Amino acid sequence: MIGSPDVVAFTKEDEYREANPDPWALPEEFSVPLHPLADSNPWAKTSYAKFTKDFILISEFSEQVGPQPLLTIPDDPKVCGTFDLNYFSLRIMSVDYQASFVGHPPGTGYPRLSFVEDSRVVLGDSKEGAFAYVHHLTLYDLEARGFVRPFCMAYVSADERKIMLQFQELSLRFSQASECLKAGNRRAFAKELQRKLRDLEYTHSVLQREEGLQREAGPQRMYSAHAVEKANELANVEKSIYEHRDLLRQISSYHHRPRRDPHAVTCQKCVTECLRECEELLEKYGKLANPFSYRDKGEKGEEGQGQIDDEGGEEEVDEEEDEGVKRRPSYTPQLIKAKSPKCFDKRLKTLQELCDDTFYEATVELLKETERSFRGDLCYLHTRRLDRVLRKKQRVTNFLFEEDLGEDDEDEGGTLRPFCAVNHAVDNYTHLNPPPIVLGPEPLELDVLEPPDLLDPASETSHTQVLCELGLAEAHLESSPSDQTLETQESSEETKGSFSSDKSGMGQGERQQNLASMTSEAPDPDSDLTPDPDHNTDLERESSSEEIETTAGEDEGDQTPVSLLEVMSELEASREEECEGVTDGACEMESDLLVPIDTACCMAQEGFLYEASAPEAPHLGQSSHLQPCQTSVVNQEPQALLPLQDEYAVGSPCSESPAPGLELPVGDAVSRTSAEDGSDCTMSASTGSDRAASPLGYGGVVTLRQRKKAGQGALRFVRQYPFAMQALWCLLSGRTLVVLGADEGRVRRLVAALALFVPAPGKCGERVQAWLSCPFTLTDLQRWKLIGLQRVASPVGSSMLYSLSRYSRYISILDADQKTLRCPPYRGQLLANIADHRTYIRRGSTYFLHLQSTLCRLAAKAFLFTFTHHLHLPVSSTEGPEVVEGRRRCFLQEHLGLGEEDSLILFYLSQLITQQYLQPATGSSAAATCFSFNYTTSVFYKI
Amino acid sequence: MFRWILGGREAQGSVEKSPVLCIGEEQPKNWFTELQVLKGHFDIVRFLVQIDDFRCASAGDDGLILVWNIETGERLQELRGHSQQITAITTFTCSNGLTSLITASSDRSLSLWDPDTGNRVQTISDLQSSVKCLLVLERLCVCVSGGEELCVWNRDFQVLCHRQNHSDTGITALIELPKNCLAAAMDKEIVIYRLTVSTDSSLSLAEIRCLSDHREQIRALINVNDRSFASGSHGGELILWDAVDWNILGYEHILWEESRPCAQAEIRLAAPKPSEMSIQHLTTDGKHILAAVGSGLYVYSVLTKKVVAYRKVAHDSNVLHTMLLSDSELMSCSEDGSVRMWEIQDLPLPAEPASPGFFGMWTFGRSNKQSGPPSKKVTDVPNVRTLELTGDLIGHSGAVQMFVSFRENGLVTCSADHLLILWKNGERQSRLRSLALFQKLEESGGL
Repeated sequence: MIGSPDVVAFTKEDEYREANPDPWALPEEFSVPLHPLADSNPWAKTSYAKFTKDFILISEFSEQVGPQPLLTIPDDPKVCGTFDLNYFSLRIMSVDYQASFVGHPPGTGYPRLSFVEDSRVVLGDSKEGAFAYVHHLTLYDLEARGFVRPFCMAYVSADERKIMLQFQELSLRFSQASECLKAGNRRAFAKELQRKLRDLEYTHSVLQREEGLQREAGPQRMYSAHAVEKANELANVEKSIYEHRDLLRQISSYHHRPRRDPHAVTCQKCVTECLRECEELLEKYGKLANPFSYRDKGEKGEEGQGQIDDEGGEEEVDEEEDEGVKRRPSYTPQLIKAKSPKCFDKRLKTLQELCDDTFYEATVELLKETERSFRGDLCYLHTRRLDRVLRKKQRVTNFLFEEDLGEDDEDEGGTLRPFCAVNHAVDNYTHLNPPPIVLGPEPLELDVLEPPDLLDPASETSHTQVLCELGLAEAHLESSPSDQTLETQESSEETKGSFSSDKSGMGQGERQQNLASMTSEAPDPDSDLTPDPDHNTDLERESSSEEIETTAGEDEGDQTPVSLLEVMSELEASREEECEGVTDGACEMESDLLVPIDTACCMAQEGFLYEASAPEAPHLGQSSHLQPCQTSVVNQEPQALLPLQDEYAVGSPCSESPAPGLELPVGDAVSRTSAEDGSDCTMSASTGSDRAASPLGYGGVVTLRQRKKAGQGALRFVRQYPFAMQALWCLLSGRTLVVLGADEGRVRRLVAALALFVPAPGKCGERVQAWLSCPFTLTDLQRWKLIGLQRVASPVGSSMLYSLSRYSRYISILDADQKTLRCPPYRGQLLANIADHRTYIRRGSTYFLHLQSTLCRLAAKAFLFTFTHHLHLPVSSTEGPEVVEGRRRCFLQEHLGLGEEDSLILFYLSQLITQQYLQPATGSSAAATCFSFNYTTSVFYKI
Repeated sequence: MFRWILGGREAQGSVEKSPVLCIGEEQPKNWFTELQVLKGHFDIVRFLVQIDDFRCASAGDDGLILVWNIETGERLQELRGHSQQITAITTFTCSNGLTSLITASSDRSLSLWDPDTGNRVQTISDLQSSVKCLLVLERLCVCVSGGEELCVWNRDFQVLCHRQNHSDTGITALIELPKNCLAAAMDKEIVIYRLTVSTDSSLSLAEIRCLSDHREQIRALINVNDRSFASGSHGGELILWDAVDWNILGYEHILWEESRPCAQAEIRLAAPKPSEMSIQHLTTDGKHILAAVGSGLYVYSVLTKKVVAYRKVAHDSNVLHTMLLSDSELMSCSEDGSVRMWEIQDLPLPAEPASPGFFGMWTFGRSNKQSGPPSKKVTDVPNVRTLELTGDLIGHSGAVQMFVSFRENGLVTCSADHLLILWKNGERQSRLRSLALFQKLEESGGL
């Protein structure tokens, strides 16, 4: 059937180990490949894929026509290109391990619904260049064979590694979608059953009546053929009623069944509602005193109509149907009999009909969202997630320069909110750790790096410092992964060739056996990969016993991933619980999580994955052990899982000498910029992906392109104006900058460029006014930190000039036409790094990144400054304010190396942080914001 | 850089020509480095009254009375009820220690408010005329309202006694004098009334005396200390009265010409408008009287009965409100929209150079200046001191009507641009915020 299915079930035999993560070790999700592969072509990887973008495919295994694609997301023929969806559907539908078609299991009188958990599989087609995460699910359909309809949703990508490494996340998202579909389906199914039962009862009553008539008519002809036939019919109908009632009972017992799939989170409200509905139905049909006496006699006339409907072979899924008013068809026993054989001419229900419309649409929405969130290559996803995770930890200072993290990102970062199609206010959150993001760093590289790191103290410090520099680390990251992707892909393909062919013939049971034997026969004590045999058997026993309970025919295939996931969630939970642990706990756990890609079935993926996790974690753990004080933002972040007091202990930072990590390396500015120059292409490569708000972000959503453009503008400004530094200082120290000019476009451009430097610009850039053509007032100054002002030669202009001169003490004026700046003098060094008009940076996006890193460091300093108690308040009651003042000055000058004017920037940022932090406490939006200033003379800069 | 300094020097030069001072942007003594704009009024805000240490009420032409928290800038209460502009507002602290607000409006009503709840406790409407001034006699727990009629109210807003006036302008100012006496300014006269409490605790009001020594309409009437009170007229007359026997203790006619003999030629050309010597406002700390005369400021010593320091042109426009902050510091606000802070300083000795010159040109310019009025003054009145501008607060875009100082907590100004501005000490505020921050940090147990 399938030519060469290099099909991989993403299954693993997992062992359960006490994972005690080392608090100092760098968890895997923060690891960054240090060096890109030197010699590989980053653009070669997607060359043979016939589609341009990743997409989501929903297919069905139709009992009539076999596997067929139903829809793609995005629903755009261009996306798939020449890619053969039919063929691919065939491939993905044929790997469903579940034997989910269950008729009458032996020992039970009634047909049983199989409660099948979803199965998750990774599948690749190297010839097509397509790889897919495939999520199989079954929906119930009364008319289908075995009452089930197999479906699958697949995330199709050209990048295999992307699929493999995003497996957790994909599984999470698709589970949500699947749950949503299934919830809708259960609802529809219950409704259908209800209808059917009603019909059957009606039929029954009709038959009973007829039989009664016959019996009355001629008791002597009791055993006539006709009577026997009638009696049989009646018996059939009765049996059918019992069967359907049992089905109804089964479907309503669905929720009582323990779910083994940790990802299957459902909205509690939905569940209870559905439950209640089902119970009502059961109440109605199961406990009728005389279920077979159908009372409604007046409906006979409509029988014909009902028949017609039935001939159409379709029961309309009509939610609005009123009880017994609109449609009361009756099935004759013949009809029921006719249905049991497979009928190929009847039309099967569409997916939309199988689920409620609301649920279907919600699912499609969810999948669209999923597709959107997985856009971009692995590297981009990784960087973005890293970025997000880091920023989420820094809520206190985020508002300063970072783009706003929307609330919708919530679930991505660890809160799995049960998806609810009908939008119940969800209060039951399940906290999960974010799935590990792994980029495989080179083991070789690590080997090279590690020894000097541990032995040579000098290189050690330098290396740690490098690690500390978020920007640099990111720069490395950005340029690396595509190369690696190619490499690993090639290697995996090689192995695929050998593995796939013999696997194709392998039966499921055989495979299972194979897997089991593999795991049990080779318990390598050194390898973290090897599952614990005891535990493994435990799991199997558990799952098999469960099987018997639910459905006899259920295959092990779906059990394995489920129980596996269970273990993983347990692991995750234990990680959350046990924050203190041994050094290599983290690495162990990480490799546990990665084990699914097993030797048995994994296309040699474990090579890089395992290497990725195991050696690096201890290395990092050690380095951070050695130099706890040097850990800066990146190294610190993961510990946020710990109680936070340890991390941000008030008053302690100074004793720990925060200086080295925070030192502004003026010297390596050049190397930094060059590194960023190199990474520039990656940035532009990910243009297609949409990012929501940005630090520029005024007037709502600003795309990356706009932001880059702003970066370009800022760079041009810096290069063009020798007094750019002073202007930037004004913005960063909170002095309102008025850009005065006659030409609107020019002023707007300048404002857009300078808006990058406005601290806390607000979610939609509320602190920036791009173009103002009327005189401003003090309130405006309080509100806006950057104003583009129209220069007009009219009475309005004179009043504007009046306001300019009147409020001159609060503002700096940048004249875009005459290229002058009037502002207080600035002689500091802090901004020399970003406002060097002889900078080597040539590209706007590079400059933007450079800027971001500098501002990020500034924000970190401001954070430290703000939350260091003794810099603001006396330590003892004997200390006067002068002592505190002196200490503060000493800190700023000695530790942070800031001069008088540079300190103002920090003061301002600190003030913003304080206000932001206190805001919820005061909670009074009625109170106006404060506006601080100082009385200093301004000087006049000209080109 | 150089160009800018030159520009600055030019600005300095222009200062010499027009006598209005310009302090520039560097103001080391000005500690108001933070401001908060309080919005809420829809029309000119004319009155500010301090309720307690952290609350203040503002009232204006929109008939609204707003109660503000000075520490946070929050609007605590909005007292609505008057349909027209507020003409007078005062606080009324009774024996029970509760402070309430009494307001009078052009809609000829009088209201008593509870600033804590925002309730209108008492109200009297349909008065015969609108009340122009209010005086609370806390000792007797009564309130006196002045307008075309003089009424005495008790706390329940019952008229205790009532007196019609014959003057057209009505009573514009009221002060309390010893021995149950009241002084009411009516046009050019000051009328002394005596309140007598009879045995059945009813009050009666009797006119005792009428002082008509002012030649112009009386604009300001204040208590100086237990023994004296002062009045100022539209014509620049400042009279210090004995509070007990109502004799004139001192008389100063502040005239523009007098104080500026050297510039007589100019003055002839531009004869002073009456408003330029009108005493807009008087304030005192018991030892000095600060008079806002036109756009100038005069400090009059009660002891020596002489002007000890003055600045003829302290503002660009009429000074509306003044305050003596301490012995040497004072503050004024004006129609020009600015609030200025002054320090009474001893004049530098004439021989001493006024400032170390940066350039030769500069000292040359300075020598010119020294031949100006201040040195003249020194020769005229040897003990006169100068008012030096130490800082100004610029923020309002309309006339600053009034201000109330909360000492270190800040300063509230109200203006014709419908705004109130809360000026604060930035350093102190930042310290307070830090304190709050660490408190919150402690409460929430970390970040």
